[in-house]
Amino acid sequence: MNIVRTSENTVLILFEQVIDAEHFSVINNIVHKIKKDMAENIVDIIPSYASIHITFDLLAISGISFTQKLSKLLLNYEHVNSHVKSDIQNAAVIEIPVYYGSEVALDLPYIAQQAQMTESDVVDIHTSKIYDVYAIGFLPCFAYLGNVDARIATARKPTPRQKVTRGSVGIADQQTAIYPSESPGGWQIIGRTPIHLIDYNSSNLTRFSTGDKVKFTAMSKSDYLQMGGEW
Amino acid sequence: MSLQVMKSGFLSLVQDYGRYGYQSIGVTNGGPLDEHAFLWANRLLGNHYNAPQIEVSYGAFSATFLENTMMAICGADLSATVNDQAIKPWQSYAVYAGDTISFKAPAYYGKSDGKGDGKGRGLRCYLAVKGGFTVEPQLDSCSTVVREKLGGITQDGEKLAAGDSVKYLPQAHELATGVPSTFVTAYPKKITLRFIPNSSATSAGEEALHTFTKHTYQVTPNIDRMGYRLSGEVIHTPLEGIISQGISLGSIQVPKDGQPIVLMRDRQTMGGYPLLGCVASLDLSKLSQSLPGTELSFTPISVEAAEAELIEHKRFFRVAH
Repeated sequence: MNIVRTSENTVLILFEQVIDAEHFSVINNIVHKIKKDMAENIVDIIPSYASIHITFDLLAISGISFTQKLSKLLLNYEHVNSHVKSDIQNAAVIEIPVYYGSEVALDLPYIAQQAQMTESDVVDIHTSKIYDVYAIGFLPCFAYLGNVDARIATARKPTPRQKVTRGSVGIADQQTAIYPSESPGGWQIIGRTPIHLIDYNSSNLTRFSTGDKVKFTAMSKSDYLQMGGEW
Repeated sequence: MSLQVMKSGFLSLVQDYGRYGYQSIGVTNGGPLDEHAFLWANRLLGNHYNAPQIEVSYGAFSATFLENTMMAICGADLSATVNDQAIKPWQSYAVYAGDTISFKAPAYYGKSDGKGDGKGRGLRCYLAVKGGFTVEPQLDSCSTVVREKLGGITQDGEKLAAGDSVKYLPQAHELATGVPSTFVTAYPKKITLRFIPNSSATSAGEEALHTFTKHTYQVTPNIDRMGYRLSGEVIHTPLEGIISQGISLGSIQVPKDGQPIVLMRDRQTMGGYPLLGCVASLDLSKLSQSLPGTELSFTPISVEAAEAELIEHKRFFRVAH
């Protein structure tokens, strides 16, 4: 790993550039450590698959001192690597109910056709895995979940939709995600959840943080409607 | 106790200094595109640096003050008037209940068509009142981010519309003041921007940096609060894309077409294109006022030199972080 000074008040910790659950759990532990030990110097932090972007308070600490402090933390960290890993395994699994019906699963037929299986096989595969929240971005609370089983991994649509409805669940290559709000987007849509992922006016703003575990469960049309689901 | 919006203009947004501490959930910073003009407007009025203002982009905005106050305008010269009397930016003014302020559309460079004089006057003007507009913050800030449906007077990211009232408290009149001329920004057609080069594993590479610094790039019409797309010599990079990573303010991305994009205040928090570097924070103010067609040259600056300058700037305006 190395620390790059990207601008006056930002640094980027770059790890080996691979997407891998094991690798990510180490990064996630480092994020926790940084948040705990260096909170007073940090304005913003963006963890991702293979990097951590930090905005520091340059009026409180110089770029050089901040980078040194960070290097020291990373160095120490390498020694305790193995036993901190256990934290992550204890992370709770967040369950997200999804309606996979044809009214909302716009691209499910296409994915099934590409994968040469039935639509319900695709749903079974999608709901069988526990996913890691690798990163949050693109939109507020848009969580990149991985990895999708290779059998149903599907490239983005060649032309993005002008409008993807809030709650839509999509697949893009080996990632899956839920659109927390209406937005243009190119992910292949396979279902929709009635759950609201973000509420700016609540003290619990969002359901996800990087490092969380997420599992999808299939729900019936009547449950979907009862929970306030819309077409 | 408010400013009554009569004409919305193209894009008039309530902005404070921005929204910090929420990037980890994907919420962008927002805030004034031209930080220099914004901070001067607050300073002229003795306001806190974070006091909410209205960022009037591309003009065509008009509004009536319903209470006496001191107000200031800084940034682009959008031929502002108060009750049809011309007023200049970078000044504070006493206004009375019933006064109406209006802004016109930006003046374009064109000389050959007889419309312009070949000079730019900027795109965005900041309208501040003494004490700041009273806007309820959302996630600690009232900055309006249309894409995120966040902030603004209605707390849903909507730009200002005719009929809106933006609240403020009445204030006694004081002596009007102006920004010292050395700090007043000009908006010429050719500008040089300093940038902190990036040569990390996710950068566009040495050859790309070489191309970028040896040529000039033009501001395209494709500019908004998220980013400024530039056009010029195609930049080749060995990387097609990178694993998405957090993106600093001012980052210069190289997408597949080789035409660079500078990321501004409302950028997405993460990006997946190789980087050339980051435009120095203080130079982003100049870029944000650049009309399509502006010719840009990029010259490297060390991160230490840019940092020292930014610290001085933030201390001068008493910015908290």
